[in-house]
Amino acid sequence: MADTDVAHGAAPESTPGGHGRHPGPKEYIRIAIILAVITAAEVAIYYIEGAQEFLVPLLFLFSFIKFTLVVMWFMHLKFDNRLYARFFLMGLAGAITLFLIVLLLFQVF
Amino acid sequence: MASVGRAADAHLVDHPATSTGLPNTKLAIWLFLASDCLLFGALISTYVLYRGASIEGPFPADVFDIPYTSVSSFVLLASSLTMVLALAAIQRGDVGRLRVWLLATALLGLTFIGGQVYEFTTFVEEGLTLRTNVFGTSFYVLTGFHGTHVGVGILMLLTLLGLSFGGRITQERSESVELVGLYWHFVDIVWIVIFTVVYLIPTGNPPVAPGG
Repeated sequence: MADTDVAHGAAPESTPGGHGRHPGPKEYIRIAIILAVITAAEVAIYYIEGAQEFLVPLLFLFSFIKFTLVVMWFMHLKFDNRLYARFFLMGLAGAITLFLIVLLLFQVF
Repeated sequence: MASVGRAADAHLVDHPATSTGLPNTKLAIWLFLASDCLLFGALISTYVLYRGASIEGPFPADVFDIPYTSVSSFVLLASSLTMVLALAAIQRGDVGRLRVWLLATALLGLTFIGGQVYEFTTFVEEGLTLRTNVFGTSFYVLTGFHGTHVGVGILMLLTLLGLSFGGRITQERSESVELVGLYWHFVDIVWIVIFTVVYLIPTGNPPVAPGG
């Protein structure tokens, strides 16, 4: 293992301050490359005529993966105390519920 | 290797005792981000509701330039990378690299904002203003709020940079960099959603104008 990389198996709640060990620069760069590739794929399928039938579900899938990668690795929710994740998921669940209620109420679907 | 391990763990410092055992500042930023989720949830819902409801154009397909916005997306993603590299640097005690990465993040943020200003200017020249139609209103309010968040983030980054020159950002006090980083990454994940929902997901055919 490179010096800059750290173990990912650290128990999130076992360290002072609720910090797990954060990844190192090499891990961050790997994640950034994956994010760039997914973004390129998103833009590519937008222009592929044969993919139009699956465009919306594919875009949502790609968006979900990118969102999760940033939150888990760059924002360290994968490594930090789970209470932070609970706080964030609470807000996220509220936002998704609001989105669904508004769109169902106005019959957008 | 042992010293490297200690350096990597240097951010695992104690903080004033709290009832949760966690730093209140970090809990507070996560609570703030959770509340900001609701704000952007409301704005994105409003946009999705109204984007295809305009009677008169310009419509989304008339003005959006996907290749241009894609470059902006790459710029913001790159700024998230430089932000975590800044955090990794200060957690190793490397203040020099912290400054380089903070400055790079701020410059990438400014590039994104510059791109947004250019995009808005182009749209206005093409006839889409805040008052033109409900698509324009919901689009400018959503992306404008996001741009404002980016602007606030840039101010935070430049403040951190200034503090680092005053010797107030150290390895032991790296949490301030982490808190600003959390805010910056949040701005990035909001853009991930906006880029998909606003720009890439196609709107249905525009409604036929009365008598048209």
